Amino acid sequence: MLQPFHKQLLNDYQQDFPLTSRPFLSIAEELGLTEELVISAFSLLQEQQFISRIGPIIQPNNIGVSSLVAMIIPSDQLEHCAEIINQFSEVNHNYERDHHFNLWFVVIASEQDHLAKTLSSIEEKTSFKTFKFPLLEDYFINLGFQLDLDD
Amino acid sequence: MINLDDLALIVAVQNGLPLVPRPYAQIAEQLELSETDVIQRLQQLKQQGLIKRLGVIVNHRQLGYQSNAMVVFNIPDTQVTHIGKQISQFEFVNLCYRRPRHEDIWIYNLFCMIHGKTRETVLEQLNTLIQECKLEAYTYDILFSQRCFKQRGAIYSKK
Repeated sequence: MLQPFHKQLLNDYQQDFPLTSRPFLSIAEELGLTEELVISAFSLLQEQQFISRIGPIIQPNNIGVSSLVAMIIPSDQLEHCAEIINQFSEVNHNYERDHHFNLWFVVIASEQDHLAKTLSSIEEKTSFKTFKFPLLEDYFINLGFQLDLDD
Repeated sequence: MINLDDLALIVAVQNGLPLVPRPYAQIAEQLELSETDVIQRLQQLKQQGLIKRLGVIVNHRQLGYQSNAMVVFNIPDTQVTHIGKQISQFEFVNLCYRRPRHEDIWIYNLFCMIHGKTRETVLEQLNTLIQECKLEAYTYDILFSQRCFKQRGAIYSKK
């Protein structure tokens, strides 16, 4: 079970993880814990996949180019196509959604040409069309995600 | 665009900081930099906005947020920026972007993401959003997530 301090570790360090020589010690001092406990708690949270990592979120399209992509795939072929698409290292966040556009994923490539080639290769291997939904405007200032872990 | 040194730094940290007492020193060693260089460079990349945030990246699904809906609206181009900014103020909205329409097949130009513990919560939150932003007149659609086939952060490479 998650202890109150686990919730603090999950919620309070999404935006500004300490940029200090000993960040886990900085956190420990803020929360009245030991550095060792903070490190072992983060390891546990990572092991249990409550956190995927402690790292940077990059502003889209600052490094390379990316696009949200959607496809319309018959349901009996969806799993197979998703597997093919997952093989591409350019692809992440590949989700099924309940809509006739039923597969949604993000492609990140080094440049437009690489993006176009990736999509045409996906079309060729799955034999279904891809629809590009690149980001045109970002309205959100990312402050992480406040979790309500009380129930 | 980004210079090669910064790209190398991003590549070194993107899969997560090592969970050791001095994680930046360990990254610095890989890159043949000093710990101070790594820390200062990360600070600068945050200030420049290239790093949107640096911190704990939680796994919503594992934490009980099973339901995630992509909600899409068809908003007139002249109003989309204003409404987009309004929508992004809500605590339960994670992402809010303008994206292109596709003629005849996709009419929606505003995309936002709502995470909730249940489908009902997500729908209630959407109702709040529609009422408070006065979106009743606009066409929208809700795309709940079903299976997750792949979920990981963006992978950047030095190529």
